[in-house]
Amino acid sequence: MTKRFLVGRVVVAGSAQGIALVSKEPLSFWGGLSPNTGEIIDRRHERSGANVSGRIFVFPRGKGSSTSSATLMESIKNGIAPAAIVNLKVDPILALGSIVSDELYNRSIPIVVLDEQDFYSIKEDDYLSVEPDGKVSVSIKPTAK
Amino acid sequence: MAVKLSTRDEQLLNGQHGKAARMAMRILVRMAEVQGAPEMMDVSQAHIDGCGLLSETGLEFAETLAAKGGKVSIPTTLNMGPLDLQDWKRFGVDEGFAAKAIRQAKAYTDMGCIPTWTCAPYQSYLTPRFGQQIAWGESNAICYANSVLGARTNRYGDFIDICAAITGRVPKCGLHLKQNRKGQILLRLIDIEPATRRNNAFFAILGHLIGSLAEDKIPVIEGLPINVSSDQLKALCAAAASSGEVALFHAVGVTPEANTLEEAFHGGKPQRIIDIHLSDLQRSEADLSTAREGDKLDLIVLGCPHFSFDEFRELATLIRAKTEKGETLHPDVEFVVISSQTSYALLQRSDFLGVLTDFGIEITLDTCIFHTPMVSPDTKVIMTNSGKCAYYAPGQLGVRVAFGSMAKCVDSAVEGCVCRKEMIG
Repeated sequence: MTKRFLVGRVVVAGSAQGIALVSKEPLSFWGGLSPNTGEIIDRRHERSGANVSGRIFVFPRGKGSSTSSATLMESIKNGIAPAAIVNLKVDPILALGSIVSDELYNRSIPIVVLDEQDFYSIKEDDYLSVEPDGKVSVSIKPTAK
Repeated sequence: MAVKLSTRDEQLLNGQHGKAARMAMRILVRMAEVQGAPEMMDVSQAHIDGCGLLSETGLEFAETLAAKGGKVSIPTTLNMGPLDLQDWKRFGVDEGFAAKAIRQAKAYTDMGCIPTWTCAPYQSYLTPRFGQQIAWGESNAICYANSVLGARTNRYGDFIDICAAITGRVPKCGLHLKQNRKGQILLRLIDIEPATRRNNAFFAILGHLIGSLAEDKIPVIEGLPINVSSDQLKALCAAAASSGEVALFHAVGVTPEANTLEEAFHGGKPQRIIDIHLSDLQRSEADLSTAREGDKLDLIVLGCPHFSFDEFRELATLIRAKTEKGETLHPDVEFVVISSQTSYALLQRSDFLGVLTDFGIEITLDTCIFHTPMVSPDTKVIMTNSGKCAYYAPGQLGVRVAFGSMAKCVDSAVEGCVCRKEMIG
């Protein structure tokens, strides 16, 4: 298994490991993610039906509702949040959800932003490790022969 | 990067202005670091979105701030809440849910917020002025405040809104600064007839399209009619901020920072030019519906964002035309209109209220079908004139949705099934 290291910008610091769930489309967490199950419920989204719980959720950015911060916080409290979020662009609304959860419950999830080349280099099911300094190590899933 | 703090910011952070202000300022300063803001700045008005969703965490956050003695320091309006506060029993809301919703509402009003309870605050009370620095939540209201009013707000998410209201401070960055408000892409309406541009459904359809085209850029629209109404712009904002993340658009000759194309781009050039044809609008219209023509209809929802008095008047005119022909609401269809106390107070002083209620229309105030549990689990197909409602309903309510103009919604209410053919074109 090959391993490589990407250098990201820390949005919310923390460490997490997990399997990548990758989407090229932005998502509104409110109306787009169930805070009770972790399922993507935006029926127009390319990953509708996938479950982000415990995964490293790799998607370009948030969109839509300003209640998305509340949805993220509720999903952290419910223990079904993604292990970490990797974005292409800083989304203040998602950052807020993790930060307020940290202030209120001392529980947050790390959020890291990568540049375009690194972001698009991550593939579905890659094993990712996010470090508090924003480094992301990627272990590439061996391709089936 | 360290954020430069004023003496008062330091005092807020040290707890000299109380425990709630300390917690609020901690969150704001962390967000300033996230956003790369060099310092904090004043805002003079806030609109709270965090009062809308009832969740364990949201209730705990609001009650924690209120218990710590939190008080708003600037005029602060409230978005719709999770309950019709006057009349929730009529809608079969669970008592346990209602009790918590009332506690959440009380936490916000105890902190000094104004009980406007509306997602269309720009049509209600304390409308911000051009250039005013504000901290607003609620995606449609953010878009309207920036684009139509020319006030300045970033996209404030739930919970930072009340932090800004308590401290009167926000990170100095983004759309608060004039240089970040220039248009980036140009959207030109090409072969679209004036009659189409006046059709109310056009604005939600266009907004839905713009949300997906604009991505994270500030769009400039060329070709909007100059006599566009507040309600039409409301529909455009709500749809664009749902399918996308539009917090600011300019419309040449219509919105206040775009008297000319040159002004909209601050003298620069668009990064991209996209031509919008009738066929693009037709595709966008089709994308808003997941229900099919002729499907049996369970529920019609109008008022997302909250209905204005003018919309009530338009609806009453359509309903009157039906009742004069002896047509009635189909017995299997529930027809709900959502609005604010402000619009309803005007409605009560008109002849329209009786026209609507006699037809069987239910009016609910202060809330939203997504946030109060009033939609029966048996509901399979809903119809709406809102791009925002059409966007979120399939995921959030587990229903199929039909998008149609207000007139098509009224036709369908009588027929008992989805009748929405050929709206645009």
